[in-house]
Amino acid sequence: MEGRILEVRISVNGVDHQSDVEPRTLLVHYLRENLSLTGTHVGCETGYCGACTVIVDGRAVKSCTMFAVQADGASIQTVEGVADGDELHPVQEGFWECHGLQCGFCTPGMIMSSIALLEENNDPSEAEIRHGIEGNLCRCTGYHNIVRSVQYAGAKMRGESPQGASQEVSS
Amino acid sequence: MSTTSVMGGVVRRKEDPSLIQGKGTYVDDIKRHRELATAFVRSPFAAAAINSVDASAALALEGVHAVYTIDDVRHLGLNPAQVAVGTLRPFLADGVVHHVGEAVAMVVADDPYIAKDAADLVFVDYEPKDAVVDLKEAYADTVQVHDGISNTLLTWAGNAWWEGVIDLPDPSPGIQEAKERDDTVVVSLEMVNQRLIPTAIEPRAVLADWNSGYDSVELWSSSQIPHAVAGAIGMTFGIPSNKVRVVAPEVGGGFGLKLNVYPDEILCCYASRALGRPVRWTETRREASVASIQGRGWIGTSTITGTRDGKILGYELDAICDMGAYTHNFTVAIPLLGLFVAPGQYDIPTSYALHCVVTNKPTTDAYRGAGRPEAAYYLERIIDAFAREIGMDPADVRKANYWKPDQFPVTTQIGLTMDTGDYATNLDSLLERVGYEDLKAKRDAARAEGRLLGIGLSTYVEVCGFGPSALAGLGFSWAGYGLPTAFNGSGVVRVQPDGTCTVTIGTGPSGQGHETTWAQIVSDGLGIVMDNIEVQHGDSLDSPVGVGTFGSRSLAVDGTATYEATTRVKEKAAIIAGHLLEAAPEDVQFQDGGAHVAGSPDRSVAWAQIAESAYQPHTLPEGVEGGLESSVVFSPPNATWPFGSHLALVEVDPETGDVDLLEYWATDDCGNVINPMIVDGQVHGGIAQGVAQALFEEAIYDDVGNLLTSSLADYPLPAAENLPMFNLDRTVTPTDVNPLGVKGIGEAGTIGSAQTIVNAVVDAVSHLGVKHIDMPLRPKRVWQAIEDARK
Ligand code: FES
Ligand code: FES
Repeated sequence: MEGRILEVRISVNGVDHQSDVEPRTLLVHYLRENLSLTGTHVGCETGYCGACTVIVDGRAVKSCTMFAVQADGASIQTVEGVADGDELHPVQEGFWECHGLQCGFCTPGMIMSSIALLEENNDPSEAEIRHGIEGNLCRCTGYHNIVRSVQYAGAKMRGESPQGASQEVSS
Repeated sequence: MSTTSVMGGVVRRKEDPSLIQGKGTYVDDIKRHRELATAFVRSPFAAAAINSVDASAALALEGVHAVYTIDDVRHLGLNPAQVAVGTLRPFLADGVVHHVGEAVAMVVADDPYIAKDAADLVFVDYEPKDAVVDLKEAYADTVQVHDGISNTLLTWAGNAWWEGVIDLPDPSPGIQEAKERDDTVVVSLEMVNQRLIPTAIEPRAVLADWNSGYDSVELWSSSQIPHAVAGAIGMTFGIPSNKVRVVAPEVGGGFGLKLNVYPDEILCCYASRALGRPVRWTETRREASVASIQGRGWIGTSTITGTRDGKILGYELDAICDMGAYTHNFTVAIPLLGLFVAPGQYDIPTSYALHCVVTNKPTTDAYRGAGRPEAAYYLERIIDAFAREIGMDPADVRKANYWKPDQFPVTTQIGLTMDTGDYATNLDSLLERVGYEDLKAKRDAARAEGRLLGIGLSTYVEVCGFGPSALAGLGFSWAGYGLPTAFNGSGVVRVQPDGTCTVTIGTGPSGQGHETTWAQIVSDGLGIVMDNIEVQHGDSLDSPVGVGTFGSRSLAVDGTATYEATTRVKEKAAIIAGHLLEAAPEDVQFQDGGAHVAGSPDRSVAWAQIAESAYQPHTLPEGVEGGLESSVVFSPPNATWPFGSHLALVEVDPETGDVDLLEYWATDDCGNVINPMIVDGQVHGGIAQGVAQALFEEAIYDDVGNLLTSSLADYPLPAAENLPMFNLDRTVTPTDVNPLGVKGIGEAGTIGSAQTIVNAVVDAVSHLGVKHIDMPLRPKRVWQAIEDARK
């Protein structure tokens, strides 16, 4: 297709990028193909599964619903950018401690939505958690342990010392 | 058997640090230099002749390298990885299409955008024909899907599949007699077990790279069965197995969807060889719906004949099972798996006729549970209806008909052997934990206030851990794939020269946590710490044989092979350590990263020293060879038979028909457990998929065969808000089929749950006169059923 090439400036995980993109390039493809940040996944390309969720200027956004050119000037955080060096983000730690993932494909999007949720309210009820991640589908976990993971992360972010999966399993 | 604490304990998963940081490598994350992209031209018709395919406009587009049709690939023959019953799928449509989404042509271009643009420019001249969509119409055979071939490929009836192998009695005359008695009750329901779309969140993806110098090929594929894919590629292209490397890296959910050798895997290899460049294909979500496999799709009648005191004298199941347009890997074997467990946990005469019928729809094949959820649904729904009819508690009816623990091993009516079971203890344990009597009182009290609460119960037994070599001759094998025939398992355990350990297995995870569970087995045996054990999987050239991850078989089969390989490594290591410690091998114990002499913990040696010695033969005792590894192939003597009991509490809104799942309890029994956290996770996800079938999901077709639910907007997977927390527990009845005593847990949750929900909803509205509602129990259906019953 004869595409005009446009220049965008996007900050991703604190690094500034200046790139030439076609207008039809989706943000998720820009992250994956141009920047090789393959932690952000594509599950449907139509805005329903949430596997592509990233944080754009503080808000959780499904990056398949946005063109890269629309992110010109934006500051983006992806799953690769949430740990602080070797120290996992509390939400990452929660998912590990509480077995919040199985195949891991939904997980980066799920983590980004959970971070956005907890940054607004670090003490959500179970119902608020379930509502907060309703745009992210997981086929593996039945969400039980994802809810636990977010609860763990919330407690950690509130300065408590939460307990992981060893306290949760059946006999 | 445990010398360290990891076996049977909760251990955080080894695979998670990578996955939670976005560092997991799925097929679509792998890049090859100069790779090309693919798009398929797919049929918009469910049934049509193809008059011509004109690719000239597509080929004229800049960046397009090739457009292939069946004329280019007919010489490859048929995909060998298909069960040889019915009409097999050609690599690309050959003059006729049989379902919407069938691939007609393959475009290869510089990038996926160009490939898609070019695919739109391929002009196919179709001549539409009548499509066969409805299952009963298909069975009537008035219009045939494949010209001149009956739509009914075969019927699994009576004891037909064993005929000539074992002489078995036919229970049907006895059941007919019981029906005619004055003191019996006959209860019958026609029910639909609807078609489902497996829907892994990761779409399938394929990347092929043919090396013309070596005439070898590497294929990365999101697959549950990389070895079988390699076998099929080798057979198709006439190259030996050691020139085909198929890698399934991280796999983003399988559920049976990725348990086929698909034409696109072969076609990408073909294109890569022809064009001399790597070739990639990534499935779109719509393609995942119409072009990969679907599951379930039965309509059937189940009938129970029994006495008023709850004794069941006969169970009959007569169903038409939708195979779709072509048979694939296991297609006609799915109803057979259902037949294996058709009588469930009960000592009851059973007669069945499962008609495998083709339609103009995508192929059905294994979807989580594969025949067993269908069988459990038909049986456990009708047992509930029977209990209601005779006014007995559904739990008591079940208990009155269970096999008793002292009857095991049980030989089933069709000659299979059920290993171990204690069904009544399992059910009682669930009922006690739930507070069954109180819950019933709560339901009745709510009902008196006009609220519609319902309790649903289901128990189940499944058959898994395939499989016994004895069944290889009956089709349970990869014989057609150029692989060893039986469904064996393999495990290679190698202690490295530095004392760390590498484990290579013939089955890989799509979320089940193999890396962690297998490391626990090896750590427990060798006393090597978990962090020093790496588990390799998913590479067809790494392990000597591999069958794959399906049918809840990995741990019972490949896990056992690994356990046995561990034992052999330990025996040799004891000789080496004994030599170093000047002790007898029998006195050597392995623990905490090394070995010590029993009773003298300070006479110890670290694994690094044992390993160092193992790889320097001159330091070894006389007659001991260098190296420290073992490779074991395990052939299970039998399948395993996990079981369990599930119970749900629901509330139905009488105004809207909306179903609220309030509470869910499950007590499963999968034998011994290695990592309880992982086992619970498998049950959670399994239940979620059963609840999804009961309440939400259905592949809906219009009457010309268009799939109306091909996007996630129309095919509603449950979201977090649609599900409750699950209350789980276990009983433990080890199997004697393998030394670990493990049975398998991947499918249990799904097999136990759909009918639990439907039983609960019907319980909530049965006093209004509702006897049955077909899944999915969306509000409109439930509301309509209440309205119809009121009239
Ligand atoms: S890939 Fe963006 S929502 Fe599914
Ligand atoms: S962990 Fe597999 S989709 Fe969520």
